[in-house]
Amino acid sequence: MSTENHSVKFLLGKFKTPAALSSSVTALQSEGIKVYDVYSPFPIHGMEKLLGFKRSRLTVASFFFGLTGMLCAILLQVFMLVWDWPMDIGGKPFFQGPALVPVTFELTVLFAAFGMVFTFLFVNKLFPWKTPVLFDQRITDDVFVLAIDQKQLKGNPTSAREILLHSGAYEVAEQEVNDPYFDVF
Amino acid sequence: MLGGLNYHDVTEGVLRPLENKPAKLWMLAMMISMTALGIGLFCIGYAIWYGIGTWGLNKTVGWAFDITDFVFWVGIGHAGTLISAILLLFRQTWRNSINRAAEAMTIFAVICAAIFPMIHMGRPWLGAFWVFPLPNTRGPLWVNFNSPLLWDVFAISTYFSVSLVFWYLGLVPDFASVRDRAKNKIAKMVYGGLSLGWNGSAKTWYRFELVSLILAGVSTPLVLSVHTIVSMDFATSVIPGWHTTIFPPYFVAGAIFSGFGMVQTLLVVTRKVYKLENMITMNHMEAMAKIVILTGSLVGIAYGTEFFIAWYSGNHFESFAFVNRAFGPYWWSYWIMISCNVISPQLFWIKKIRTSMLATFILSIFVNIGMWFERFVIIVTSLHRDYLPSSWAMYTPTWIEIGTFVGTFGIFFTFFFAFAKFFPVVNMFEVKTLIHIPHNQQDEH
Repeated sequence: MSTENHSVKFLLGKFKTPAALSSSVTALQSEGIKVYDVYSPFPIHGMEKLLGFKRSRLTVASFFFGLTGMLCAILLQVFMLVWDWPMDIGGKPFFQGPALVPVTFELTVLFAAFGMVFTFLFVNKLFPWKTPVLFDQRITDDVFVLAIDQKQLKGNPTSAREILLHSGAYEVAEQEVNDPYFDVF
Repeated sequence: MLGGLNYHDVTEGVLRPLENKPAKLWMLAMMISMTALGIGLFCIGYAIWYGIGTWGLNKTVGWAFDITDFVFWVGIGHAGTLISAILLLFRQTWRNSINRAAEAMTIFAVICAAIFPMIHMGRPWLGAFWVFPLPNTRGPLWVNFNSPLLWDVFAISTYFSVSLVFWYLGLVPDFASVRDRAKNKIAKMVYGGLSLGWNGSAKTWYRFELVSLILAGVSTPLVLSVHTIVSMDFATSVIPGWHTTIFPPYFVAGAIFSGFGMVQTLLVVTRKVYKLENMITMNHMEAMAKIVILTGSLVGIAYGTEFFIAWYSGNHFESFAFVNRAFGPYWWSYWIMISCNVISPQLFWIKKIRTSMLATFILSIFVNIGMWFERFVIIVTSLHRDYLPSSWAMYTPTWIEIGTFVGTFGIFFTFFFAFAKFFPVVNMFEVKTLIHIPHNQQDEH
């Protein structure tokens, strides 16, 4: 763990429905306030567009992992069957293209899947026994939380509070977070 | 669809069995399955100690019970991946409440399947050298990549590990729900570890959904490839009754059919015992019954096609194999297969039967019996009367083989009941996405 200061102060709006949360995000953005992130018990469709996330490159990563798997599989089989210990089976060629397809396919899938999942865990800083920063104990049940970095508000948090309450937040709170694993890539 | 449940009701409903003391019925079920598991362990130990001569195999029928059980269990697993992957790609939201249990079934079924090739090697502790391309001091003599049995090793291990990862990833957000409600220390620690510090951030959710979609995308061809390769164990041989090009699609349809049979069996019981009728609804049960009609009919067409081609090919050996299958000494197994796989599932056309849970339960058991016999018929009847009548033989399983098969049911159900007690059996976050609370209701606080 690094010693640098990761402390960030957040203004939080808590909601009961995803619709209220979404409308609050729109209301804040129209006032020029950037929303840091939102926390919900399930994925809210369209939220990534609303918050302006960049298109994830996990798919690209997965493609290259798959490609690696494919090359590994071909090299493995060609090395063993053709180069290291070639066997004459009824005079057939050592390199038998179609027979290599199943194993190549399986390893492609294996590498693509595992590569992508581990990349996912890495970029989201998820690991066993990580202590999560939870803005509300019930985010994983039925509460929707919107977080705004206080620095965004330039010493005028009142208007943000009002927008949150006006757009349906049942509670507005503040919380300071000091955790190097909190801010995901 | 969800009978007016709100988000919190879903959490409460799904986690009730997990957070409370186990029911007596659960204890009893666990005890029965563990007994079966014990029988299985004994029989496996016996077979390894004395060798596989304790099985009923002979020179003519060199493959029988173990590979039948292997294909049976692998096939059952396929419905889980179909539900979790293919129905996700087709945006079939009705899968949301049944996918978790179906995926669990996949994992446990593949574990049961893997036991058979492992013990049939006789000395499984040396098995790693025979099935994986590991450096060794015999040459090195590598594994044979031209053999479908080796393709199977790669297919099954990839299938198992990708399914496991897919299942676990889907469980992470729900484990976090358990963690945040946990009262005692052990539960906090265990679910805290399993939930990987999940906090429901939109950025994570966005990537999570993307990863799920890609995993579904790669699992779909994967699941088709697995049973295709399993069918190639037979189809690439020169045994009449085995070397047919119809095998891959026919096996895949059969696998999905048997898997849905098993999902029905499990869910009829789970929804009843856990009172999840408003999450695993009658619509779900009906949708599965319809898939059983479809895949059962596909399997029926495959049986017919095989017979037709055996006659139409003009190949005497091929037609003999099929006539022997239906009217030879193992005729009874053929007709059990036909009645359980082709005839009885047609009863699901009747809405009254489709919506009766007792009828569904019985018919789904029939599907499982029928699909076990399908593999038995394909394997044993094709082998027991070969080209040379003097070497014709019959095969009867020994109690070791039967005990091992019973044991895999023990393993399967022990895992499944443990899952049903300690894991959220319904995918809570996916069910919650189906709930629409009107915008104005939030003013009630």
